[in-house]
Amino acid sequence: MEFYRAHILVCRGTGCTASGSEQVFEAFEKEIEKQGLSKEVKVLLTGCLGLCELGPNIIIYPEGTYYCKVKAEDVPEIVEEHLVKGRIVERLLYKERTTEERMRALTDINFYKRQKRIALRNCGLINPEVIEEYIANDGYRALAKVLTEMTPQQVIDEITKSGLRGRGGGGFPTGRKWQFAKDAPGDIKYVVCNGDEGDPGAFMDRSILEGDPHTVLEAMAIAGYAIGAKEGYIYVRAEYPLAVKRLEIAIEQARERGLLGKNILGTGFDFDIFLRLGSGAFVCGEETALLASIEGRRGEPRPRPPFPAVAGLWGKPTLINNVETFANIPPIILNGAEWFASIGTERSKGTKVFAIGGKINNTGLVEIPMGTTLREVIYEIGGGIPNGKQFKAVQTGGPSGGCIPASLLDMPIEFDTLTQAGSMMGSGGMIVMDEDTCMVDIAKFFLTFTQDESCGKCPPCRIGTKRMLEILERITNGEGREGDIELLETLAKSIKASALCGLGQTAPNPVLSTLRYFRDEYEAHIKEKRCPAGACKALITYEIIADKCKGCGLCVKVCPVSAITGERRQPHAINKEKCLKCNSCFERCPFGAIVKK
Amino acid sequence: MGLAVKKDPGLEEKLKKVDEMLEKYKGKKGVLLQVLQEAQSIVGYLPIEVQKRVAEALNVTLSEVYSTVTFYSFFNLKPKGKYQIRSCIGTACYVKGADKVLARLEQELGIKVGDTTDDLKFSLDACRCVGACGLAPVLIINDDVYGRVTPDKVPEILKNYE
Ligand SMILES: Cc1cc2nc3c(=O)[nH]c(=O)nc-3n(C[C@H](O)[C@H](O)[C@H](O)COP(=O)(O)O)c2cc1C
Ligand code: SF4
Ligand code: SF4
Ligand code: SF4
Ligand code: FES
Ligand code: FES
Repeated sequence: MEFYRAHILVCRGTGCTASGSEQVFEAFEKEIEKQGLSKEVKVLLTGCLGLCELGPNIIIYPEGTYYCKVKAEDVPEIVEEHLVKGRIVERLLYKERTTEERMRALTDINFYKRQKRIALRNCGLINPEVIEEYIANDGYRALAKVLTEMTPQQVIDEITKSGLRGRGGGGFPTGRKWQFAKDAPGDIKYVVCNGDEGDPGAFMDRSILEGDPHTVLEAMAIAGYAIGAKEGYIYVRAEYPLAVKRLEIAIEQARERGLLGKNILGTGFDFDIFLRLGSGAFVCGEETALLASIEGRRGEPRPRPPFPAVAGLWGKPTLINNVETFANIPPIILNGAEWFASIGTERSKGTKVFAIGGKINNTGLVEIPMGTTLREVIYEIGGGIPNGKQFKAVQTGGPSGGCIPASLLDMPIEFDTLTQAGSMMGSGGMIVMDEDTCMVDIAKFFLTFTQDESCGKCPPCRIGTKRMLEILERITNGEGREGDIELLETLAKSIKASALCGLGQTAPNPVLSTLRYFRDEYEAHIKEKRCPAGACKALITYEIIADKCKGCGLCVKVCPVSAITGERRQPHAINKEKCLKCNSCFERCPFGAIVKK
Repeated sequence: MGLAVKKDPGLEEKLKKVDEMLEKYKGKKGVLLQVLQEAQSIVGYLPIEVQKRVAEALNVTLSEVYSTVTFYSFFNLKPKGKYQIRSCIGTACYVKGADKVLARLEQELGIKVGDTTDDLKFSLDACRCVGACGLAPVLIINDDVYGRVTPDKVPEILKNYE
């Protein structure tokens, strides 16, 4: 193998690619060539590092120097200074928000220090398109171990002892599920990986598939050995083209190396994996719908039992786990169940990956030990709320979850605590909301989503969520009536009790949780026809405060309908008849002269 | 529908490619979704001519094909514009004002979400989380991704596609 004195890792995750990391990558290749360093320095691509907001991100090894917001124009300087002269390019280092200190290593910054990376252990460290890099980082060692040293039952016992629970939302004990699938009678069985990732605002599974695809392949093969399956399917969203591409490459490379296919590692064990693309239906993330979709049909859920472990794909026993669940398997096999069980809390072991987004300084992907508090995640890792605004709520569990208020910020993150708080762990979306977010509007947002995505098979979900949505639309339009809140609650209860699948059963959660913690906001809309957050269009008007207006004219430029007029350096005014309430002027005014009433 | 199809001069050629593709799947079971995905990547959408061919090749009813096509939002019944705009309205983007970006797009293009401009230049769709939440609100035009979009940046962005 060739020896390089330095490696430049350029993040080619979705976020950084969107910010232009491909150009940065090419610029490095060109510049290294130009400086005659091709034999000494290697440029590599890698998966998401987590801090997508600061992309394009790069890391230079062996020192592990982290540079953020790197542009192609910065590349010659980095090569000249860092790689030729050995001097750090200070201005591109990450600046800690609280101390203003420039940090050199990614692992030293607050965003990283509190994380514990198990599922994401290789993301951002290896080139996901090169199997050797995965192998060099213990890859496929867990598979070799189970095939040569463990019986299928020992594998399952190890997973059971680890306390791992499903990361796809439900939190079902993984070892138990594997045992059911192993015990189910039948010669033909299947392993399925759920990579549908439907929660809008979550992208952890995508990052694992893009940044470390082999870990999922290895874990599926281990599962196949444990339950007695020879075939596996990965169901991944067609909207994730990069994940699809990386998986295709990974499967091909694993087959070439004899790590998938017939007689794996000469042990006589056969296992192969195939890809199936989802086509944009949230309900297909539900396991029975997903199986129908793999079979090429409309993805409609069916009643359980029978559970897939007994009768799944083409009627055969099928083990179905989430991407992140699988990503935890190889480390558990290699480090042992006790090691894994020592992380986290009594009833929630290990770590969880969250995609933090919304009104928070550090948006991105984090993996934290279970039991970390919401406050730690939002303030210490996430760096708090931008622009000096007040925190209002954090939403977890996506369309099935709920909004958690400030009073519960010290709650440890666990499956059970989140459920008790009226939300749920879900797949890992964590959206932070500030004082400008209207909680009735958010409830409406989620209900619009579930209403759209309801497959329509059962009336409580199809009709019930529609009724609820109509009421919420009325309330946000300033036409709420006395009794609407009670009506919402009654509808919610009956939908929860009678819907066929998880989508319907959990659809009312966003409404119920906001009613529980932010009832006053509902009441303000209904009784006073007022939106306290200033978000509901029908209930606000835009005005310019003459005293504060400097007459700079910036708002005039951004108004799409020329609703703002005024002389230069004189107070301006908004024509309310014309105004579309697009909020552009409000965001543009540098003097805070525009208010929403 | 008929009119829209006439506007697609390359359709005959594409239908031939669809027929070729269908050859490898003939008689196979459980492949409807894959076949539709491939057909759409060839033609760009799934007009009735394509659906009929698929039904015939896989020996399923046209109504089964149609009900599958309409179930999944990934499939288009109508041709899309030369520039396909997808505005993310996932939660992270919504909280950061994606609804206002979408409203501005509708206003600038003079079409509603789901529609295509008469000259087949732009089509506008809302999508849910493209995995770039860190850059919210996010807008995608064909393969170009725009992050931190505000309503007043919309006209400028559209200018790149004149
Ligand atoms: C409406 C609905 C959507 C779901 N979406 C997903 C999803 O996107 N990804 C996922 O892994 N599980 C999803 N699930 C959960 C799956 O049904 C299933 O429980 C999970 O894939 C099992 O894997 P696990 O035990 O490893 O979590 C969804 C469930 C419901 C009811
Ligand atoms: S609850 Fe909703 S999504 Fe689930 S089966 Fe019924 S209608 Fe379909
Ligand atoms: S809210 Fe929008 S439409 Fe109304 S005045 Fe401001 S910029 Fe113009
Ligand atoms: S941007 Fe603000 S200060 Fe400037 S003219 Fe408009 S309202 Fe007045
Ligand atoms: S995509 Fe580069 S850090 Fe997430
Ligand atoms: S919510 Fe828009 S990119 Fe994730």
